[in-house]
Amino acid sequence: MIETTALAALIYYMLRNAAPLMLTAVGGTFTERTGVINIALEGIMTVGAFFAAAVTMLTNNAWLGVLASVVTGLIISYLHGLVCIRFKANQVVSGVAINILAAGLTSFLMKAIFGSGGQLIMGDAPRLPVWSLTKLILGIPGLGRLIQAVIPENWIRFFDESIGSQVPGVYIAFIIVIIAQIILFKTPLGLRIRAVGEHPRAADTLGVNVPQMRYIGVLCSGLLAGFAGSILSISPGASGFMVGMVAGRGFIALAAMIFGKWTPVGAMGACLLFGLSEAVRVSASVILRDLPWMQVIPSQLLALLPYIVTMLALAGFVGRSTPPAASGIPYESEQ
Amino acid sequence: MFKKPAKQLKESLLKLWELIPRWLRNILSAAVRIVLDFWRENLKVPVIAIIFGFLVGALVILAIGKNPLLAYMAIYKSVFSGMRNFSETIAYVTPLIFTGLAVAFAFRCGLFNIGAEGQVIVGMFVTGYIGFTWPHLPPVILLPLAVLGGALAGAIWSGIPGLLKARLGVHEVINTIMMNHIAFYLVNWLVSDPFKAPNYQATAPVPESIRLTKLSDLFSFEPASGHTGIFVALAAAVICYFILWRTTLGFEIRATGFNAGASKYAGVNTSRSLFMAMVISGAFAGLGGALQTLGVRYRVWEMAAFPEFGFNGIAVALIGKNHPAGVVLGAFLFGALMRSDAAIQMQADVPRQVVAIIQAAVIFFVAADEIVRWLVAKRKREVVVHD
Repeated sequence: MIETTALAALIYYMLRNAAPLMLTAVGGTFTERTGVINIALEGIMTVGAFFAAAVTMLTNNAWLGVLASVVTGLIISYLHGLVCIRFKANQVVSGVAINILAAGLTSFLMKAIFGSGGQLIMGDAPRLPVWSLTKLILGIPGLGRLIQAVIPENWIRFFDESIGSQVPGVYIAFIIVIIAQIILFKTPLGLRIRAVGEHPRAADTLGVNVPQMRYIGVLCSGLLAGFAGSILSISPGASGFMVGMVAGRGFIALAAMIFGKWTPVGAMGACLLFGLSEAVRVSASVILRDLPWMQVIPSQLLALLPYIVTMLALAGFVGRSTPPAASGIPYESEQ
Repeated sequence: MFKKPAKQLKESLLKLWELIPRWLRNILSAAVRIVLDFWRENLKVPVIAIIFGFLVGALVILAIGKNPLLAYMAIYKSVFSGMRNFSETIAYVTPLIFTGLAVAFAFRCGLFNIGAEGQVIVGMFVTGYIGFTWPHLPPVILLPLAVLGGALAGAIWSGIPGLLKARLGVHEVINTIMMNHIAFYLVNWLVSDPFKAPNYQATAPVPESIRLTKLSDLFSFEPASGHTGIFVALAAAVICYFILWRTTLGFEIRATGFNAGASKYAGVNTSRSLFMAMVISGAFAGLGGALQTLGVRYRVWEMAAFPEFGFNGIAVALIGKNHPAGVVLGAFLFGALMRSDAAIQMQADVPRQVVAIIQAAVIFFVAADEIVRWLVAKRKREVVVHD
């Protein structure tokens, strides 16, 4: 069987891998709920990851790196919004163009600014700090004492190793999922967003500004995907930016969005599943090597796992999951 | 008796025409018909998109303080100066024609095949596998076997997302992307572990008997990578045209792409159209991979990154307006860009990735043809104001 430390590590990697997917999937949910398909999330993550690493290296401040990734995410998603909403282009084609642009632009700037191709080695440049939830909880006067008295020490250590000392993105991702769920289903803004994606004409008739709602959706997705990119490149222990490092995560996030029936909480569940499949891949050689089936499967083939899980999940669930009715269709105002 | 010179010329041309073997005459007249057909499409948008794409590239080059004219001269020189350079370009154009046809064919059915990349990869591998596994088969059997094997591999690779789309309605974009990554990791594992040749980051080579003749040997100039696969690619463009516009299947595929609901109502089996469109699309891409192995690479090599033929095929199809003749022209443009990216870096000191930026800009402007129309309309408005 797997030891407890190994199990803790598995949970740790699951959460860490799920976090960028969760943020991106929530972004995808927002944009598709307003009726704009955003295939460009992959490219936005790439650009976010690059600018986070580059700005961190240039300023020696990881939080400025996060800011840069969010801002570039907004800029690029605005470009997508402009082309899709203002100029009514084919949204999938525009997304593909942005993905190609992102791959080219990041390698171009890497070469032009840092003179390196393929990889941006960050070396001693700072990373984001580890946020210790364990210390925070144990630090609460009274409650911390109580917990230490009641709960066995190895349970606390297990909690710390799996959930308690995570990269900031993990905690932020869970908070954002909850906020997004509330905004989307409990506020007037959420109602407008959903209305615009289901029946833009009806929403327009009732005085909802359709293009404005759609811009809000697209910009949300850009902001979140850009931030998700920064988690990949400048989290504690991350090695910086590499060409191709996003490796389809933007599309896996879109699959999670479909899997989660276009709700943030549902997408979160799907992302945890995909995160687990990636955690198995990452930690296979270290943690799971004692399991009997690990000797049979070559470790290189485990790289396929997240992609196969994604396809299976889509094939099994997509029939029962319906996209917003107006998703992907440009809106023509009647005036 | 004297004839008028024009009539004389016409008669002698006709005689010359009759001298050409019948099969070649059929191909030539078909080619002319396809080109004329393409000419009738609205070509303003792709042409303006290409010009704008290069303008955006020039701005980016200016932004890093380099000379765009120098970069564009480097492109011109590395494509057109001498037969050797031209043949090197053809080596890039050949697979791009196949991937462009693949994307265009699926597009005609309303499908977006982003998986040409993965289909090329499995095509390259299966052709190589057949080649190095049975090197002693006579070439008349081995060559078709290897080529068809590559095409079949591509067809299967796109058929899976096609089936999922046709049966379950799963969006093909996500699945073809997933299949790209699966192809990449799977083939990289196959060539680095079970089929690795000693001392190579690759498999064993395909036998010389089935390698494609180099254009440089055929027309005797300095050795260069271009191979006779380019003729197969041009023939594939003709076949693509005939399937789409001269067969019932092609009609049903285009009808489904034009309006799936109406086609279904009119009795078209739209599920079959979707599936067949994906399968044929993947076969084109797989063929491209097959010829890449037989004409250029000879071994199946471990990949550090995606070979990018599939992604560029998307751009090729878009600027070619999803028409086979346009695909050939688009493939030439992007093949030239892929060929010259090293020269851009060497001669103009511009990072070669500027090529990807130009490509993305071109796709943007083609996709958002409203932008082009808006710019044109704006200029007209200004003229009115000045009057």
